[in-house]
Order: sequence, then C-alpha cells, then structure tokens
Amino acid sequence: MKLKYIVLILFMALFTTACSTDDDTNDSPQEISEVEGLTKIKEIINNSHTIELYSESGYFITGYNEVSLRIKDHTNDTYFEDYSISWMPMMQMPTMQHSSPYSDITKAPGKDTVYQGYIIYQMTGMDGSGWSLTFNYSINDVDYSVMDTITVLQNDNQNVTSFMGSDGSNYVLALIDPKDPKIAINNMKVGLYKMESMMSFPIVEDYTITLDPRMPGMGNHGSPNNTDLTYKPVEGTYQGDLSLTMTGYWVLNLKLMDPLNTVLKGEEVTEDNSQSSLYLELEF
Amino acid sequence: MKKLTLLCVCFLFGALVYAQEDPYIKENDTTKLEEVILIGQRKLSNYRQEKTLSSIDDYLEKSNRITMIKRGNYAWEPTMNNMASQRLVVTIDGMQIFGACTDTMDPITSYVDVSNLDKVSVDSGQEGTENGHCVGGGIDLKMPSSKFYGTGLKTSVDLGYETNGNYRSAGLDLEYTGNKFYINADGIFRKSDNYDAGGHNEVLYSQFQKYNLSLQGGYKLSENHVLDANIIYDKATDVGYPALPMDVSLAEALITSLTHTYINDSTRIKSWESKLYFNTITHIMDDSKRPDVPIRMDMPGWSDTYGFYTKATLKENKHSLLVNLNGFYNRSLAEMTMYPNDSNQPAMFMYTWPDIRTLYTGIYVKDAFALSEDKTISASARFGYHNNTIAEEVGLESLQIFYPDLTDSKTRFLMSFSTDYQIKKDNYDATFGVGYGERAPSVSEGYGFFLYNSFDNFDYIGNPNLENEKALEVNATTNFYLNRFKIGLETSYFYLMDYIIGDIDSDLSAMTIGANGVKIYNSLSNAKIFDVYLNSEYKLSDAFSVNGTIGYNYGKGSNDEYLPFIKPFSYLAEINYSRNLFNAALQLSGNGNQTNYSNFYGENETASFAILNLNLGNIFYLKENKLVLKYGIENILDTNYSTYADWNNISQQGRNFYINASFVIN
Repeated sequence: MKLKYIVLILFMALFTTACSTDDDTNDSPQEISEVEGLTKIKEIINNSHTIELYSESGYFITGYNEVSLRIKDHTNDTYFEDYSISWMPMMQMPTMQHSSPYSDITKAPGKDTVYQGYIIYQMTGMDGSGWSLTFNYSINDVDYSVMDTITVLQNDNQNVTSFMGSDGSNYVLALIDPKDPKIAINNMKVGLYKMESMMSFPIVEDYTITLDPRMPGMGNHGSPNNTDLTYKPVEGTYQGDLSLTMTGYWVLNLKLMDPLNTVLKGEEVTEDNSQSSLYLELEF
Repeated sequence: MKKLTLLCVCFLFGALVYAQEDPYIKENDTTKLEEVILIGQRKLSNYRQEKTLSSIDDYLEKSNRITMIKRGNYAWEPTMNNMASQRLVVTIDGMQIFGACTDTMDPITSYVDVSNLDKVSVDSGQEGTENGHCVGGGIDLKMPSSKFYGTGLKTSVDLGYETNGNYRSAGLDLEYTGNKFYINADGIFRKSDNYDAGGHNEVLYSQFQKYNLSLQGGYKLSENHVLDANIIYDKATDVGYPALPMDVSLAEALITSLTHTYINDSTRIKSWESKLYFNTITHIMDDSKRPDVPIRMDMPGWSDTYGFYTKATLKENKHSLLVNLNGFYNRSLAEMTMYPNDSNQPAMFMYTWPDIRTLYTGIYVKDAFALSEDKTISASARFGYHNNTIAEEVGLESLQIFYPDLTDSKTRFLMSFSTDYQIKKDNYDATFGVGYGERAPSVSEGYGFFLYNSFDNFDYIGNPNLENEKALEVNATTNFYLNRFKIGLETSYFYLMDYIIGDIDSDLSAMTIGANGVKIYNSLSNAKIFDVYLNSEYKLSDAFSVNGTIGYNYGKGSNDEYLPFIKPFSYLAEINYSRNLFNAALQLSGNGNQTNYSNFYGENETASFAILNLNLGNIFYLKENKLVLKYGIENILDTNYSTYADWNNISQQGRNFYINASFVIN
C-alpha cells in the first residue's frame, strides 16, 4: 500500500522531469532516448557535474537495485561519453558504518552516455535514512569525487537477508529474479556475498542453495519441479527453477550448502518446522 | 440391450428401419400438443409412476442403466453403465453443451427442465455416438418438434408441492399453433428448502432455487421446409451441495438454436435437418454460507459452445441410412481465487481450466439393412477430428510446471464403430451387438489444474499427454413373451483400454488444505465393466400388473482394484393398477450391500437399503379442459439411507408426501 503512494508520487515527479527534459529535446534527442524507460532516482551534484541516477522504479529499495547513471557537464549541459567511475554505498549506524554488496560500474551495452551497475542494500534505517553514496570518477585524467545521502525504502517482503553461517562467516543473500513472477516455472536468480569486512562483500562461488517454495496462507503447500540454485560463473549469480502454481504470498525456503555439502544455514520444511531460518519472500 | 429408450421410441433400429416412413414430425400429428409433457412422463412410467413435475434427474433415474450421482438435492450427475459425464455424450437435441464447473456440479441435464423437452433418448455404449464420441453411451434430450395443427391457443398450468423440504414448483405453458406458424412459451419455477433425511434429520445446505424459461417458434416456409428457433434460459441460484465443501450461488445457461428441417416422404432423402446453435454457461461456486472453511474462495467457471449439425435420413430398398455431420467449438475457462485468513497477504489466484478451446468436427453414418421382415442388421461409424488449444498464456505456463515440453495445441483423431443384429418374433426378440469406440480426455482430465475432489480428498492435475480411452463392447438383449408373462435379459460388457483415472503422485504436495495429496490423471492399461439386468412383468389382468427388475454390475481395473461408482446388486419390484382415469403403484426398490467397493478410490462400503414408494394418479375431464393429479408418498417408512452413488455418503430424502396438479385449458 505504502509503496503504491510512493510510486504515485514518483510518477508525478517523473512527469515534471519529463517536461523539463522535453526542453532540451531539440539540442540532443539521442540522449533522451538513452534513459528511456528509466526513472530518475536522484541527482548528485558537485561544482562541475551532476550525476543522474536512474532505475526502472525510480527509487532505491532494500534488496537488489539495478542502477543506471550518466554525468552531465555543467558547462554545456551535455553528457560525458567516456570516463571511469566507481561507487561506494555506506550505511552510517550509531556506532559503526558498513557498506553493502555492489558491482563495478560499466558502460551499458549499446549506450553512449549511460553506465550501469547494481547495489544490494541489505537493510535500511528509519524512514529510509542512513545510506550515502560516494562516487569517484575521472574524466580526461582528472579525478573527481562526490558524496550525498540517499533514501533507501524498505521493501515489504524479505527480498534480501544477511545471516551468519555455521562456518562463522556472515553472508548476504539477495533475490534478483524473478522480478515479475508468473504462474509458471520461473528462472530464479539470487546473489550470494560473503561479508569479509565491513567494507568488502565479494561474490561467493560454487555453493549450492536448495529451494522449497511454500504458501503459508494455504496450508503451507509447496510446488513441484523446483531445482536447486547453482552457481553460474558468467553472471556471478545462483540460478535454478522456481515453480509457482498460483499468485499470492510465497515463502521461498532455502538451505545454503558449501561445496562440501555442509549446511551453513537453513533447515528442511517439515510438519513441525513450517519455515526455514533462511528464506526469501515473494508476492504477486 | 442398447436401447433404453426412455420415452418415445425414437431411435430404435427397428424403428429406424420399419418406421422410417414416419419421421418424428408425423409422430407428432397424433400427439395432442398440450400433452407433450404428460405423454413424456407417462411413457417413462411404463415401469414406474411419475410426478408430472418431476425433474429431468428424477426422470433419468428411472432407467435401469442410469444412476444419478447425488451431491445434494439438485443437479444430479447421470452415469450410464457405471460411467460418468466424461465417458458419456450428453446433448440437448443434438447440441453439444458442456458444464462450466470443474467439479461436475453442473451436469448439463441441470440446465434444462422437463418443460423444454419432448423426450429423452438414451443409447447405451457405442449406440450413443450419433452426436459425439463416447465409451459409456449417449443421452440426447430432445426438444419438441414443430407443429402446425392450426388449433389455436392452449394453456397448461402445473403446480406441485412436496412436504419434505417444503418443495414448491409451478409451471406455465402457453402455446399458439397456426397452420404456418407456431409459438410456445413456457416457464417453470422450483424452490426447495433443506430436505430431511430419514428420521427427521435435516440435511443442511440442501436447498435450491431455479427457474427456466423457454421460447420456441417455427414457421413453415413451404410444404417441405420448416424453420424453427429455440431459446432456453435457465438460472439456478442458492443451490446447496451438502456433500461438498462449497455451494453454488449462480448456475446460468442460455441455450439457443436455429433449425431448418426438410421433410419429404416421396423422395429418397426422407428428412434433412440442419441446426446452428450457441450456448453459454456461467457457474459460480461460493462458500459464503458455510461458517467454517479453512480458507474462503471464489471459483467461477464459464463454458461457451458454438456448433452445428446437419443430418439426413435416406431410405433405399432395404437400407435405411442416417448421416450426421457435426462440429463444435467450445471454450472452457475456470479460475479460483483464495482469500488468505491473514488479510495482509494478497489473494491467491490460478486458472483451474486455463481457457481450453476444443474444436471438433466429425461425421456419423448408420445403415440399417432389413434382412427379412423380422431380422435386421445395422452398422454405424463415427470419425472425428478433435483439437484442444490452451488459449491462455498463463494457463499454458502453469501446466508447463508439470509438463515442461507441453505445447499449446493437441490434435486427436477419434473413431467409433458398432454393429448389431436384431431378431423380432412374436414370442421373443433379441439383439446382439459389438462395438469399438474412442474418446478424448475431458477438459478436466487433460488440463485441470489442482481440481479438488472431495470424494477421495485429492487434488487432481490434468494430463495433456493422455492416450485416447478406447472401449471394446459386446451387448445382448432378449425378451420372451409367454401369454401374460414377459421376461427379459439385458447385459453388456466393456473392455476399456487406457482407462483414464487419477493416479497418486506422492512427490506433489496438495494445494487444498487438508487434502490427502495430489493425483495426476493417468491411464490404466485396461478396465472391465460388466452389467446385467433381468426384467420381468406379469399382467394379472388388464388393469393389474406386477413387474420386477434385478441388476448386477461389476468393474475392475488392471491394477486389480475395483473401479469406483460401480452399482451393487439392485432390485425393484412394483405392483401397478392402471385404469383410464386412475392409476396406482406400490414399489419397492433397493440395493444390496456394496461389497465390491473401492477403498483405493476413496469409497467405503455402503450398506444395503430398501425403500417403499406409493404413487397415485387421477385424471378429471371438465368439459374441454383436463386436470391431472399425481400424488403419493415416497420413502413411506422414512428409511435413513444412502446409495453407493451418493457423494460422501450423503443421506437421501426421508418420507415425502407430494402432490402435482396439471390443468390443461383448451
């Protein structure tokens, strides 16, 4: 419900931005099309440049966020085509601060000015506060830096979880796909990251995640023909088949196993145990 | 065997051969219009007395081979030769029509009423394939034929009351007949509260209410050409299903047709009838009146059918030929929405029939050849093209969860053959027949998605890869007449190959709360069904007669399990007294213990029972007008019983006093 209002407001915001970008349609129609279908999340501004952040939804939310960005030159209002850029999300807590899993930023395929990457916010503060985003970038061998606070909304369902495994390590697990679940066999994709330090969350390779989707609203029934999620090195994610036999609220019960099949987290769902301690949620 | 012609002798082979020069139209010339219903009833009651306002269900139940599966007091599902809807072809005047309920709570017999019909043709086994493919038999509910008697306006009013369930019914029939034009309008209304089982035990959620309106008109284009139009609207609301966890808030049907008939006695083609039709059904299951359900749900279903047939009868020398070309296009869609008890969770939705389109075209040919005056041999064949398409992308993807390689279309070719030999002598007659037939799986069997069956408490998943079910059949009927005594034997044996039935898949988890598990429709390599009935009748005098029937049925699958819904030993005995203006009958009917019950398919042993009924009837003539009174007591001893065909052993009606009055105003 809350999300709906936010989306509405964001749509209204989008309308406003769309109008303003309309103005420079004459100058650079190509650049408008580069962010078509995306909604601006935020602008981060320093003296010389504006970094425009985009996503499909137009906001940051806990879990997996695909982010597109481009840099506008204040001198002539054009967008740079070649630069190198990195980012660092940071959560400021009362006693400490920590980062989150995120990717490198690379040029979006087929685009001239747009770069992209992802960030997984494993949590957020009250009213979405606490997170900041730092960009370090260099254009024509000149280094720049800019930092600003950002708002990260709390997703209604658990689409990301951080936990300590039986090996004593901390992990972050995030749902990437399906973004639009269907009554079908969906391709399920999750990201798994080990928290090596407060600032470092590398991808974990070659583990296995078992999958048992259930509907607690209807006798906790399951679904057939799911497969375990296995590591796909090309994408750096874990993938498997998730079958959803109806719409509604699903709990995806998971069990994480290392390459030696040692269970690091999660339990089987049984008559007595209705839910694994490692799970994600889905609603459609 | 074969012909259990309930009412008018419509499709007997013999009739076809020897009476073909009297096609149905002519038969109506001798029938007083206003008696259509009454005639029907009376024809039916050769063995039993009838109420004039009895439902189609009551009506069908009087046939030996037909048993009604009862889930309540309404919309009983006919079974023939121990085979239910999916193995039968049930049509309304040759029109295909398919129920919209995934749980067969709306057999199509529930969408018409006696007022719509002239006669019911019941053909066992492969004799029933004139209108479609089946293995068990065919039931065709025939609407009245055109009539151009020039007799003007007739009115008849029917009123009925039954004490058990406070069951009220009323019917009005108006008919105007000119020489070139006729129009008939009728309406019928039925309403019943909960009925009481024997011993005054109220059966909750057994109420129902329905009305049925129909309009039929015809115009005589020329001496040989007639155009008829017919429209039936049937609406049932507030129908309780005490044997099921859900009721029905709406079952609605609109059935329309346009028919052209050509009749000529002097040409080789005796008759040629063509019909275009459309029907649409909406069926809404509802659990809002049940206080205690694990989860609230809505289960609406829709079924639309467009079709045609064109059939001709030809007579040449000793051959009587019937050719019927027909086709239909059906759309079946059903969905389920469940509302979690935790209101924060969104509603759960699925397609239980994922918009299945069925396209069928086929041709049927039957030839009867008179070997001599008293011997006839006949043969029939039907060939058909049958295609199922899943129109809903969501539905296709849902089924791909179970069948990843499933494509959205599946085509089948179906065939059926039968032949029989008939002898008719003065003191005996006999018929021997053999047949082979195939049927395609029903929509539920092929494409159902988590259909809960409360009988065996399993969720069912359809199987689009099912083989056609095939049946080899032999049958024999014989009657001997010795003075006032008549004895007859009818028997049939079905050897079914790839018999479709649910098979437990223990890997799957049931969706329905509390269900035992999931069954997937699968095929048994074979199953055998056998039935035999012995009928006898003795006329004590012109007015007095006694008759009796005993029956035995048997059914077993190749997995060595008894098949479900196989009738146990059954019997009926009746004493009739019949005069022109008065008749009376006392009947005893019952079943033996259901020893061959199928625990494997969710049955338990149903105990034996016997009930006693008394039926009386009077006819009064008041000048031109007529009053027909039928009254009596059903289940006189108030026995509390249920039969093997009563869903979840629901108890049947206890003692019931009834009276039906029909006024015919000329």
